[in-house]
Amino acid sequence: MVGEFISRGFHGRRQEDPAVAGRIPPGQYLTPDFPVLSAGPTPHTPLAQWDFAIRGAVQPTRRWTWDEFRALPSESIIVDIHCVTKWSKLDTVWEGVAIDTLLDGVETDGSYVTAFCDGGYTTNLPLADLVDGKAWVAFAYGGEPLAPEHGGPARLLVPHLYFWKSAKWVRGLEIMPCDRPGFWESLGYHDYGDPWREQRYQGD
Amino acid sequence: MTLRLESDAWPGHLPGQHVDVRLTAEDGYQAQRSYSIASAPAAGRLDLIIEEIADGEVSPYLSEELRPGDRLELRGPIGGYFTWTEANGGPLLLVGGGSGVAPLMSMLRYRETIGSAIPATLLYSSRSWDEIIFREELERLSTDPAVRVIHTLTRSHLDEWNGYTRRIDAAMLEDVAGSPEQGRLAYVCGPTPLVENVASALVSIGYPPARVKTERFGPTGG
Repeated sequence: MVGEFISRGFHGRRQEDPAVAGRIPPGQYLTPDFPVLSAGPTPHTPLAQWDFAIRGAVQPTRRWTWDEFRALPSESIIVDIHCVTKWSKLDTVWEGVAIDTLLDGVETDGSYVTAFCDGGYTTNLPLADLVDGKAWVAFAYGGEPLAPEHGGPARLLVPHLYFWKSAKWVRGLEIMPCDRPGFWESLGYHDYGDPWREQRYQGD
Repeated sequence: MTLRLESDAWPGHLPGQHVDVRLTAEDGYQAQRSYSIASAPAAGRLDLIIEEIADGEVSPYLSEELRPGDRLELRGPIGGYFTWTEANGGPLLLVGGGSGVAPLMSMLRYRETIGSAIPATLLYSSRSWDEIIFREELERLSTDPAVRVIHTLTRSHLDEWNGYTRRIDAAMLEDVAGSPEQGRLAYVCGPTPLVENVASALVSIGYPPARVKTERFGPTGG
């Protein structure tokens, strides 16, 4: 994106390796850390009280306790992730249950999803962006159980969108006929959030 | 350091908001970062706090290379949750660490410019007395009887310092923040470990989670 504005004296630090550079979306920088961002305190739901639900415009509705959820087939996932606050992290390693697995046998006419979470956080996505191998409910990161700060015991993982869509402390998906802006989307962030089109804020 | 920017196009902001800064090199390479606005809302100008990160890509440029008269590309103001105006009510508990004080400073400066009587307490963690950002201005603000500024110095202090000398914990918050039944609204900003500890501690001493707002930034935590 070369416009007319040049920052005098700014040289920056380019990614040397073109293979790596090609994996970093516009406006992002690579971080070796795993930053934590949140709007409020970290919720702590005991596993004995945890459940995950598929509800809304679905037939049938589904619900799993933690033990039932962990008995589902899961897989190892290695993906790049991109936060709207500009950091990107490559080759992150997760373990989780594919949304395809959770939706297996569920009929729906709905096209949109609201992910809902402990603490009241929500985010909205098209159903099409959660299926066909694009998303998981992840319970482990880097070979360890997912830490509460990072969304444990389980979070949504949707790596092709900005990471605020990978809702932490997720407790279920509500399938809906129309799109309803979630927490950050209602506060000015983009409804879709494609990092490659730099869709950070409403109107981008 | 404080970066003071002026722009006829700048509409002002809500206390707590931040701005995205974009830098473009001559070959078109770009870098973007976000910075909290430390000044009180004002059309036409804004102050940012730049904490220089030793091997950073952007902060050394902003801290050392930028000269008066240079121009920056800004986008904003950004942020709709970690904001406070008088309509949000109070009393206010502001808890900050290091450069995390920036959005909290915007809130205190705004509070002063509108002549608000809402009580505000700032609990501010710094490594040492000399490293307290806005120290003198905070002393002046605390002459308002409804404003309390409490420092904790975590790394070094002079013998005559008789204030807190440890990381913020639940006991300190309980001493400082009083009873959450008073309906306090808490804003916590700083490095991730501080924010995590303080937010958890506030919940543990009875703050409803919805009354605790957090913003984490600075050098990325592990």
